[in-house]
Parts: sequence; C-alpha cells; structure tokens
Amino acid sequence: MRTIQVEEITKNIKEMCIEANHFLAPDMDTALKKAVQEEKAPLGRQILSQLQDNLKIAGEDMIPICQDTGMAVIFMEIGQEVHFEGGTLEDAINEGVRQGYVEGYLRKSVVGDPLIRENTKDNTPAVIHYEIKPGDQVKITVAPKGFGSENMSRVFMLKPADGMEGVKNAVLTAVKDAGPNACPPMVVGVGIGGTFEKCAVMAKKALTRSVDEHSEIPYVREMEEELLQKINQSGIGPGGLGGSTTALAVNINTYPTHIAGLPVAINICCHVNRHAVRVL
Amino acid sequence: MDRYINAPISAEAARQCKAGDYVYITGTIYTARDAAHKRMYEALEKGGTLPMEMKNNVIYYMGPSPAREGRPIGSAGPTTASRMDKYAPSLLDLGLIGMIGKGKRSEAVKDAIVRNGAVYFAAVGGAGALLSKSILSSEVIAYDDLGTEAIRKLEVKDFPVIVVIDSEGNNLYETAIEEYKEE
Repeated sequence: MRTIQVEEITKNIKEMCIEANHFLAPDMDTALKKAVQEEKAPLGRQILSQLQDNLKIAGEDMIPICQDTGMAVIFMEIGQEVHFEGGTLEDAINEGVRQGYVEGYLRKSVVGDPLIRENTKDNTPAVIHYEIKPGDQVKITVAPKGFGSENMSRVFMLKPADGMEGVKNAVLTAVKDAGPNACPPMVVGVGIGGTFEKCAVMAKKALTRSVDEHSEIPYVREMEEELLQKINQSGIGPGGLGGSTTALAVNINTYPTHIAGLPVAINICCHVNRHAVRVL
Repeated sequence: MDRYINAPISAEAARQCKAGDYVYITGTIYTARDAAHKRMYEALEKGGTLPMEMKNNVIYYMGPSPAREGRPIGSAGPTTASRMDKYAPSLLDLGLIGMIGKGKRSEAVKDAIVRNGAVYFAAVGGAGALLSKSILSSEVIAYDDLGTEAIRKLEVKDFPVIVVIDSEGNNLYETAIEEYKEE
C-alpha cells in the first residue's frame, strides 16, 4: 500500500491547469505546425499562421491560449494499491482547480446551477472521471474544455443495422453541423459502443489521446484515417472560412455494447485541444 | 481586400465591407455576451434604456480572462455568435452596425443585417492571446456583477477581423466552403 497526501494532488492539479491553458502538448503543437505547410487556402494558411503567433505569445507573455479556459475535466486513473491521506480526494482536486484558476489568471466560466446560472467565481467544481487501475501509481490528466466546441458535440443511439456506415455518417454529420462554431481545425473524439453515458466518456477521453497515435484495432485505425480524410474534404477549413484543414485527427475508442444498440458519441474539440498529463 | 476602418463605423464604411475582406478596426468597441445580451433584451422589453448607444457601434462577443498586473486585458478572443441570435435583431434595429464573433448566424440575423446595412465580422477563434495585443484599454461600463460577462468599453488598434456577412447578405461561411469542398 502506498500513501499519497492529498495536498500533493492539489499542488499538481493547480500547476496542470495553468500549464494546459498556456502551452499545448507537443502532439498538438506539431500537428498545427504541419497544418500551416499543408493548407491549400491562402486565408486558411493566414489563419493557421496566426494560431502559431498566438501560441508563441501565450507561452512568452503567459496569456491563456484562448480566453475560454474551459471547465476543468479531470481523469484520475488510480492504482488500487494507493491510499489517500489528509482529506477527501474530491475536495483536493477541486482545491487544485480553484488555486489554478484564481492564481493563474484563468477565466472563471462555471455557473453553480445550470438554470439559476450564478458564477461560482473560482471555476469549480471540476468534472472528474475516476478509474481504478492495477498498481500503486496515480495518473492525472487535466483537460480544460471550452464550450464553443463542446456545444457542437452529439450522441446518436444508432441501430445495429446502421453499422459502420451509420457510424461514419454520424461523425460527418456532427462535424459538418459544427462547422465554424467549433473553431476548426478541430480534433474529433469518438466513442462507439457501451451505453449512453459510456460512449460519451469514451469520446471525451479519446480527445486526450495524442493526435499522432492511432487505435490499436486495425479496422478502427482505418476508420480514423478515412474519416479524417473525408472531414478534410468538406471544405470547412481553418476558422470555417474555407480550406483543406478542418480536423487534425479523429480519435476513436470502442467498448462492448448491447445486442440491441449501437451508441455513438462525437465530442468535438477546437484546435486548442488541451491536455496535461502527470503520473505520481 | 484589406481595409482599415474606424469604430464607431459610419454607414458608408459598413456598406463598403464585403464578405471575404480582411478588416483592421481602430477605435471604440463594446463587449457583450450571453448574460449581458439577456439583460439588455429584458431592459428593452420593459421600456428601459441600454448601457451604451447602439447607433453605429460595434459589439464584440467576448468574455476575457483576467488581466495580469499592468496589462489592459487577458486573453480576448471571440465567442460563438449564434447564442446571441435571439437578441441581435433588436439591437441591429436600434442602429448597431457591427458584430464581431465566430460561427454561423440565423436567417433572422442575416435579414436584420441587410435591413440595417450592418456587417458581421469573424475574429479568429482560439487566438485570444494574439487578439489581446490589439486591445489598448478596457473598462467595465455596465453589469459589473456579471464578471467576465460584464459590458466593457474597449479601445482597439488595428483589431483584425474578416467580413463574414456583409450588408448585401453575402455569407463567406457558405461560399468559402463550396470553393474547397472535394466531394
């Protein structure tokens, strides 16, 4: 049994909120640089090179990459040999978000009740997903999620008979409907299978996978490649103003499902696809 | 083409802006997003007044991140405009001449743009650090309690935007996509 003080969780989450909002992970940075070279539209290239300038300014002057510094989505993968001490884990995580957003000059975008809509003024609470894993380590992924793209995300409860084509059409429909609203070039996270909520969580987690990594399942990998090509033929382009770079990656996760169903979730993220990862 | 225009924007300058033009705005503009629009709309419904004059003015759909010490503003990019579609036609009919945001607009907004000789500009979404460099000063003038959603008066210099819907109803989002579609 390994003991971890929860204040260590708070400290790491605070730092990760600030880091993720000012610096893109290397996979996103590389993909955006490559896109400037490959974009066909002149205005598209201009927008992509402005995004390069934006990232440079964000890192050098410590200005958030985007003013929508997101709702803090946090994946906690906890080894079952780990014991936490010093308070509750959930409080410690939210305290990390609070400190990160207040001390890091990040925008407070969370309302405490979805209909009363009063701002909580410290960006808490976070949306936390827990997974219990073997071992004695804790893997933390902090993925602040902006809502321009979140609002364009979809869940489709398809029929088994809709099959592979049905899934592809669902993804393309979601992306085309999103268009300029989702701040393309986007990253498309897809969850196929499971249940209503399981596919949505899989789609969210797919966004935290490196954009240069494919699924290990051969047919899923092919589907990722085919969908990316089709999305980039849609013409939407950078900023939705026309071009050949509409998405940087399509990341698909799958899970067993029920004989009667084929749930598909499409979680769309803008080009500011933020994820910071640490293993304690 | 590239244009340099002053804000508030004259009726003539607004009509010269054509879908696809790259425009640099210098002068005074105002921020308002979801909650501020709701309040302005409710004020109008009750026969009240708005916190600022609409005539020839520009509203930037934006809620900034907090400014660090010594800086006018934090990250300051556009938010999705369609959430303001419910409220925009009333403001356009009161003389609002420009809106800066990102994303699609409704037919009702497009009709109000044409009816009033106005223009809808897009700023590059997700480029809030870069766009903040074109903002010289920022002052909250109304609805302070809304935090990031308060109405701010901004002084901007060469603030870069692209004309998406012009006063004739041309829509760059629709035409540009057709040009690069490979299906």
